[in-house]
Amino acid sequence: MSSDFPATTFPRRDFLKAGGALLVGLTFAPRADAQQPPGGAIAGPFTPDPEQLDTWIAIHADNTATIFSASINRGGPRIRLAAADARQALLARASQQLGAPVERLTVSRGVVSVAGSPGQSVTYGALIGDRRFDVPYTGKAPVKDYRNHTIVGASVPRNDIPAKASGKYVYMQHVRVPGMLHGRVVRPRGQGAYGDGARVLSLDAGSIRDIPGARVVRRRDFVGVVASEEWDAVRAAQRLRVTWDQPASLPETPAALFERMRAAKTIDSVVMDRGGVDAAFASARHVVSHRFDSPYQIHAGFGPNCAIADVKTDSAVVMCSTQGPYATRAKIADVLEMPEGNITVRYYEGSGTFGRSCYDDVAQAAAVMSQETGAPVRVQFMRWDEHGWDNFGPAHTADVKIAADANGKLVAYQYHGWQHTWSVTDTTAQLAAGRPASEGQDGRAQSLTPTNTGEMYALPNWRIVNHRVPGLQGYFKGAPLRSPLDLAIAFGAEQVIDELAYLANMDPYVFRRQNMNGDRWLAVLNAAAEAAKWSPRKAAANLSKARVVKGRGIAVGTHLSSYGAAVAEIEVDRDTGVIVAKRMYGAIEAGQIVNPGFVENQITGMLVQAASRMLKEEVTFSRTNVTSVDWVSYPILRCSEAPEVFPVVVKRQDQPSTGVGEECIAAAAAAIANAFFDATGVRLREQPMTPPRVVAALRRA
Amino acid sequence: MATRLIVNQRMQDVDAAPDTPLLYILSNNLELQGPRFGCGLAQCGSCSVLLDGVEIRSCVTPLSAVAGKSVTTLEGLPALYAQQKKLASAPELHPLQQAVIDEQALQCGYCYNGQIIKGAELLSKNPQPSVEQIRTAMNGHLCRCGTYPRMIKAIQRASRAIAGGGR
Ligand code: FES
Ligand code: FES
Repeated sequence: MSSDFPATTFPRRDFLKAGGALLVGLTFAPRADAQQPPGGAIAGPFTPDPEQLDTWIAIHADNTATIFSASINRGGPRIRLAAADARQALLARASQQLGAPVERLTVSRGVVSVAGSPGQSVTYGALIGDRRFDVPYTGKAPVKDYRNHTIVGASVPRNDIPAKASGKYVYMQHVRVPGMLHGRVVRPRGQGAYGDGARVLSLDAGSIRDIPGARVVRRRDFVGVVASEEWDAVRAAQRLRVTWDQPASLPETPAALFERMRAAKTIDSVVMDRGGVDAAFASARHVVSHRFDSPYQIHAGFGPNCAIADVKTDSAVVMCSTQGPYATRAKIADVLEMPEGNITVRYYEGSGTFGRSCYDDVAQAAAVMSQETGAPVRVQFMRWDEHGWDNFGPAHTADVKIAADANGKLVAYQYHGWQHTWSVTDTTAQLAAGRPASEGQDGRAQSLTPTNTGEMYALPNWRIVNHRVPGLQGYFKGAPLRSPLDLAIAFGAEQVIDELAYLANMDPYVFRRQNMNGDRWLAVLNAAAEAAKWSPRKAAANLSKARVVKGRGIAVGTHLSSYGAAVAEIEVDRDTGVIVAKRMYGAIEAGQIVNPGFVENQITGMLVQAASRMLKEEVTFSRTNVTSVDWVSYPILRCSEAPEVFPVVVKRQDQPSTGVGEECIAAAAAAIANAFFDATGVRLREQPMTPPRVVAALRRA
Repeated sequence: MATRLIVNQRMQDVDAAPDTPLLYILSNNLELQGPRFGCGLAQCGSCSVLLDGVEIRSCVTPLSAVAGKSVTTLEGLPALYAQQKKLASAPELHPLQQAVIDEQALQCGYCYNGQIIKGAELLSKNPQPSVEQIRTAMNGHLCRCGTYPRMIKAIQRASRAIAGGGR
């Protein structure tokens, strides 16, 4: 898709400027979407709401096309139906122009030809010419049978890579506009508790007097600096003396964080209660029950977020790397106190964001600073702003209890999980506009669901209880971080499953195989095991006294849809406690795969990121603020530590497409945890599995 | 007072405070898009450039330190390669840039300025690096998207291309 269009006004005018266009578009209300069945078509003739159009296809006179859709999983079915409508309309035109009935026409690469008469052809672009016509959306035109797909299902190279490899690609961080000031935010180094915000006690504007051209921008507790030279803004932000009121509301230690969550007055809900769990536990042959703790983790995009705002008296243009331009526009409207319709949000790609990092915060900050100064302002978050003021993936603590019978059949599964939901108020809105901190409701990905908590297994008795922690007092801002909660859930549940296999004297893969819930789960599990050439044996059967020991682990997991499985092969240095993931195998089944090459690349990234999160990543803090503020205080996996990876794409072209960007992380992370047991005979129930934890656990054993 | 330096084989006179980090000069004054801000702390490699052929972190290198020296950014790699290999004309892409495309190595690509600069430095010093040598050389360049395995493959591919005399 084109990255340079005004996202809040329908781009058809731009297409028109460039010539003709055939356009089929679909609108769906963003909020209603979650309730819609996958592939659910929208009835009735197409009447676009130009403010909310989020799936469209446009064919231009030069025979190129621009397509925009929400995602393959959500927008894909719609765009396919829209494309079928477009094709039908174009064939009708071609039939007229070529004087041949539609039945005799064939299409290849946008060229319509008359069968058996190769000279007679016309391109889609020529059929459109320099006019524009909109085709009403019916959703009823015939779509191609998946068995006849030639491009869908084949690996097509990405068209953004040449520009990115040669330095021609324009990331948000490169965008400049005339007359622009450089801005930086000034905040405490590392956020405190979400509900506390940050209050200015005193500010000494004189402290930057010797930096020419730099000046303070302040609105309530929002503090920033602007300068025409970027370096002046950077220096001024570092030198400006501000005293902050930072209450000591955070837990004393990471361990105390989990105690606080468990002791909180939680809102409890029974997400699932099937069969008779308690009776099944009472009579089961093998019962395993443990507690697992998982920390806050940071999105930590490689390039800190950046935005440019140009705010006039009654209109504004904001450029940023948002994942949702409409939501961002509403947030900017809130801090500017301006109607949404007067604001244009332009999307520019930044670095990978992995969920809701602080892109709205930086956009709001630029907007406020532009409104205050009357000039366009570019705000580039510094590394410590991005790390220290991120909306973290929430911490999670769980009690997991699972049981099996004498044959290794699962008979009962119980999961109690504690976490708070996601924050709603961005820091700039909190500081500049005095908006109170508020948080989201329980919902998919914010709380436990059957999908990621047990559904992969055939469970006669199954209970899931969600303990929602009130997150406003003494916790951090939270937001979806790639595969939200799933990694933490799998870290616990998949280790307990593994322990049951061990008690049942079974190989962990064989044990899972006989308990999977249906063919699709079984197929993805088998695919990962086959890729790893897994040969069955009991875990921890080859324990050694050597300093460096090896282990392998297997696990399954998913996000909101799709099927994921992984195998990890690791080495553990028993003296230093360093774990190295040597080889990782990840399999995803996500229905119809559009571009397997993309999916392999996604799996590659997920395997590496899972190793990073499982082995290294944990937000640290003092009583007053976060202390993870850069790559030294929040290390991630490095090149020398990266596993060799083996991505496996399990194709089910007859099934609807589901997600592929998140669904392997949970399995991969849990496979590492299980491999640690195989290597050492010891379980780790707190992550990340850092050297101090490993050494302590081995010493205890 | 202007500072004179050579960027991508062209003389540049830059009028900026001498303590300004080179990164801001390259991005703002010279409008280059290869080096980019990542941490400003010499921790990540996002801002890497070659200074007289050696990889440095432009985010912590003051302008005054590069006066009279030769800076190569991602954009200037093909010409530098031509110079190193005594080619009559610069190829469109450095072999490693081409290999990154062929391997479909990157994801968001933001870190690939640094990955390619560092990889090109490695290949110029050691055209046939082992996997271990690649891992060691690249260890100071982070990738949040987790593309290390493909980045290693891209360097190996470029190494083969250079050995084959190809581009
Ligand atoms: S931006 Fe220079 S090393 Fe990170
Ligand atoms: S490709 Fe995104 S950070 Fe490396």
